[in-house]
Amino acid sequence: MGLGQSARGLVFVLLKGRDNRLSGADLKAGATDVSLLGAMKSGDQSAMALLYDRYSSIVYAVALRVLSDTGAAEDVLQEVFMQLWRNPGVYDSSRGNLGAWLGVIARNRAIDNLRKRRPETDIADVVVSVEPDMAGEAERGRAMEKVRVVLASMPTAQRSALEMAYFEGLTHTEIAAKTGEPLGTIKTRIRAGLQALRKAFAS
Amino acid sequence: MSGHEQFADDLALLALGALQGDERKALEKHLEGCASCRLELEHLRGDMALLALSATGPAPPQRAKDRLMKAVAKESRARATVKPRYLRWLVPWFAASAFVLLAAFFWRQSDSLAQRVAELQSESAQQLAQLEKAREVVATLTSEDALRVTLVAAQAPPQPQGKAIYVRDRSSLIFLASNMPALPPQKTYELWLIPVTGNPIPAGVFKPDARGSATVIEPPLPAGVPAKAFAITVEPEQGSAAPTMPIVMSGAGE
Repeated sequence: MGLGQSARGLVFVLLKGRDNRLSGADLKAGATDVSLLGAMKSGDQSAMALLYDRYSSIVYAVALRVLSDTGAAEDVLQEVFMQLWRNPGVYDSSRGNLGAWLGVIARNRAIDNLRKRRPETDIADVVVSVEPDMAGEAERGRAMEKVRVVLASMPTAQRSALEMAYFEGLTHTEIAAKTGEPLGTIKTRIRAGLQALRKAFAS
Repeated sequence: MSGHEQFADDLALLALGALQGDERKALEKHLEGCASCRLELEHLRGDMALLALSATGPAPPQRAKDRLMKAVAKESRARATVKPRYLRWLVPWFAASAFVLLAAFFWRQSDSLAQRVAELQSESAQQLAQLEKAREVVATLTSEDALRVTLVAAQAPPQPQGKAIYVRDRSSLIFLASNMPALPPQKTYELWLIPVTGNPIPAGVFKPDARGSATVIEPPLPAGVPAKAFAITVEPEQGSAAPTMPIVMSGAGE
């Protein structure tokens, strides 16, 4: 978490009311994700709206990429944020970055919808070790750009294997069958692709 | 991952949910006992999460937010209306509980009071019996019809005699006299309590009946005065504050 977000969190804690509800549009805009979730626990709908504004693009883009259907993607978007509204306490900072966490949940739900299966992963079980600060629009933009650059720099076959696994929910067997590549090759490409992403964000 | 290289590729697939079948089962079994592989899996899931950021496309339509916020508001109202229902359920429950507790409390109070009433009734009955006995004693002692007999040595002439019974703690005195000589007109006998220290204290006036009998029952006396003796003098009919000599009868405590 960057210093900027910590400072925003401090100001918020000093100025918020007796309950967790937020007051003042400026303060809300600067509130940390955790503060907004705390306000949601008190039923603060404006906090929900702020978190939606902050992360709906990521959630919707992932769902749309997986499902290729705007209506179905909107359903996933609705489902993910309603789950967060109903149980904001399910997320805490130990689960990783909220934006990345919501992205994983959206991807898992979209894959479940794509495969017309019941949800396989409970959101309470999702933990992501992602450090980049994405609470601010600028930070989100930088993180997204970095990922796109890393993917663009990968060999096409590697990026394709990674994307088939992530956005299409295919197993390595299915990817191998679809591409005609050996199973071992698919495994190695996927692993190498993830390691490339890690390396880019570690630097 | 040294020593676990055979699972390295499978860990990446598992992070993506792309590993199935026996390979997945074998890896999950291995993970149960391998902390380093669990840590690596956690890192791989973080790496995988970054892939979400690569998705590009249009922003969600405004209707999606409207729909969400409408559902949020609806659930908020539902939460708000749940409370009264909850309270409506709680109020009678608490009322019933309070009634039961109060009933138990009053039942215990009532039971306790009933016991106390029974004790008081028993005490009252005992006191009434004692009082009745005391009345009988006093009635016997003071009855004009009572046959009073003073036994003296044979052939001795009857002598005036008085008997004072004094309980200092209760300042209670009963005096009985017999064979008292008749008084001159406008005179009375007066009984005196002679204290251990100090002047004689008036202890009541009396006039004997035709047979020379008289009683003094519970005259007004100061509290707790130790008595050395009792004495009788003849005083003016209204009594005196100090004895008028001579003392016609006297007696010390036994």
